[in-house]
Amino acid sequence: MMLLARISITVLLASLFSVAHAAGLTIEITKGAQTAVPIAIVPFGQGGAIGNVKLSDVVSSDLGGSGFFKTLAEDDMLTKPTEAQKINFKDWQVLGQDYMVIGQVIGNGNQFNIEFQLFNVNNGGLLMGYRFTAGAHELRRAAHHISDLIYEKLTGRKGSFNTRIAYVTNAVRSQGRQYLLQVADADGFNPRTIAESPEPIMAPAWSPDGAKIAYVSFHTKRSEIYVQTLATGQRESVSAYPGINGAPAFSPDGSRLAITLSKDGSPDVYILNLSNRGLTRLTSGMSIETEPTWSPDGSTIVFTSDQGGKPQLYTIPSSGGKSSRLTFQGDYNARGRFSTDGRSLAMVTANGGDYRIAVMDMASRTVNVVSSGRLDESPSFSPNGSMVLFAAKSGPRSTLAVASTDGAVQQKLAFETGEIREPAWAP
Amino acid sequence: MRLDKRYLVLAMAAVLVTGCSSDEKEGLGDTLGADASTSGYSDGSLSGSQFGSNGFNSASHLGPEFSDPNNPLSKQVIYFELDSSQVKQEYVSIVAAHARYLASHPKQRVILGGNADERGSSEYNIALGEQRSKSVERMMRSQGVSASQLEVVSYGEEKPVAYGHDESSWSQNRRVELGYQ
Repeated sequence: MMLLARISITVLLASLFSVAHAAGLTIEITKGAQTAVPIAIVPFGQGGAIGNVKLSDVVSSDLGGSGFFKTLAEDDMLTKPTEAQKINFKDWQVLGQDYMVIGQVIGNGNQFNIEFQLFNVNNGGLLMGYRFTAGAHELRRAAHHISDLIYEKLTGRKGSFNTRIAYVTNAVRSQGRQYLLQVADADGFNPRTIAESPEPIMAPAWSPDGAKIAYVSFHTKRSEIYVQTLATGQRESVSAYPGINGAPAFSPDGSRLAITLSKDGSPDVYILNLSNRGLTRLTSGMSIETEPTWSPDGSTIVFTSDQGGKPQLYTIPSSGGKSSRLTFQGDYNARGRFSTDGRSLAMVTANGGDYRIAVMDMASRTVNVVSSGRLDESPSFSPNGSMVLFAAKSGPRSTLAVASTDGAVQQKLAFETGEIREPAWAP
Repeated sequence: MRLDKRYLVLAMAAVLVTGCSSDEKEGLGDTLGADASTSGYSDGSLSGSQFGSNGFNSASHLGPEFSDPNNPLSKQVIYFELDSSQVKQEYVSIVAAHARYLASHPKQRVILGGNADERGSSEYNIALGEQRSKSVERMMRSQGVSASQLEVVSYGEEKPVAYGHDESSWSQNRRVELGYQ
C-alpha cells in the first residue's frame, strides 16, 4: 500500500527546518549548514495515474536533509515550470537559487515514465537530464535515485539516498512487549519486520553485499547470534556458546564474523569462520574486550576494552598479534565503526557527562564530536561516508538521528511509537 | 538551440539509463522475503512465560521465607554502582543468605540475570552486566554453591525496570536479578 505522505517544508532564516510526516515518521533537521547550496525542486508535471508519492517532495527532503543543500519551499516559487522552454531563469535568480530541477512523471497504473533536468540558474545551462521507468511500487526509490544523481553531479560524491537501514524497535502486542528487527529505506519509509521476539534483539550488522543481516537474539532467553538472508527470510544460528554471544561484524569479504564470546572467562573478541564455524580467539585477559569492527581492507580489528580501567578503543591485526590503544581523549570511547574508505572511525564518546558521537580521522587521529545529545549511541556511516546514523535518547523515546561527519548538520528521524535503537546503515 | 540540447541529453540519458534501469530493477526487486515477518519468532511455542523484571522467578515451589520481608531471601535483586561490578557491603549478607539456601538445596537452580543502565554502548553494557552476574556467582561459589546450580546471563541495558534518563532510574537498572528456576 502506498504511503500517504504529506510533506511540508519551511525555510526559516539561514537555517533549514524540513519536516515530513508519513506513517508515524517525522524527519526534522535540527541543525542546518550555513553554507548550504540553494536549490529549487519544482513539483514535477504529472500525467495519468501517479499515486500518492510526490517525487519533488522526496527529492527535496533528501537533498535538504543532506545538509549540503537548502531547498526552496514550494509556496515561495513564483512559477512551477515542468518543461525547459517555460523556465524564466530570472525568476529563480531573484529567489537566490543556484540550481533548479524540473521533471515530469507519467503513469499508466503499472509503470511510470519519469524524466528530470537539472539547471544552473545563473547561466541557464543544462547540467543533467535523465529519463527512466519505474514500477508501481518503486516511486520513492526512483525519487531517491534522482536525489543520488543530483547530489553526485553537484558535490562530486556518491549519494546515499537509495539505501537501507536496519534497526531494533518494539511493539506492544496481545502477548506483551515484542522486540522487532526492521529494515527500512534510509529516510525511514517502508519499514519491514524481519524478525520478532518477546526477548531482546540486538546489534544488527549488514553483510558487505547487503544480502544478509547478523544479529543477536535472546529468544531462547540466552544470547545467540543469527545470520538471516533478507530475500528468503531464512536464518541460521551461528553462535550459541555459554555466556555472551554478541557484537557480530562481517569481515569485508563476508566470509567471517568478528564476535564477542565469554565462554572462556571474560568477554573477548573471536573470529568465526562462517563456512566451517571454526573459531579463532583474538584477545585475552581478565578485562572486557568487545564491539569488534573491521577496517575496510580487512587487516585490522578495532574493539572496545576496559583493560586500562575505562572503556577505550584499541586496534589489533585481524590475523592476531599485539593490540595498541587508539583513543586517549575522554574517559569513555566505545563501539567504533569505520567509514567505507577506512579514513574515519565513528565512536561513542563521553568525558564525565554526556554520551555523544565522535568521528576520528585515522590519519591525524584528531577527534571531532558530531552530535549534541545526552545519550547518543550506535553510530554507523552512510555508504558515501558523508553522514553518521545513530540512536539518540531524548524524553521518553529513543529516536534515530543523522549528523554530517563534520557535525555541521543534524537531522532527527522520529517515530511515533516505540523506541528505535541500534541502527545500522546498509552498505 | 536549448531544445536540441535537451533532446540530445535525454536521448543519451535514455541509452545510459537502459542499463541502469535493469540494474535498478534488480535492486528494486531485492525485497525482503514475503514470509519473513510472519516467520519471525512469534510462534506460540516461544510466547510462554517471560522473565526479567516481572516474574523472573518461575519457581512456585519456594518456601514462605522468600516472601517474608524480614528474611534476606525475600530480596532477590542486588544493585551496583556506576561502571562497577563489585557487590556492595549492604548486599553481601543477602547474597550469603541465598548462597546458604542454595548450598543446602543442591537441586535448586538460579539464573543470575545481569543488567546495566542505559548509558554508553549496548554491547559494552552486555559485558558489564555479565561481570556483575559473575561477581555474584563467585561469591556464591566460594560459599559452597555448585557451578551446576548457577547460570550467568546478561541483558545489558536491554531490560530496564525504570525508564527515566536520570540517576534514580539508572540506579534501579544496575542490578543482578536472582531468578529461581
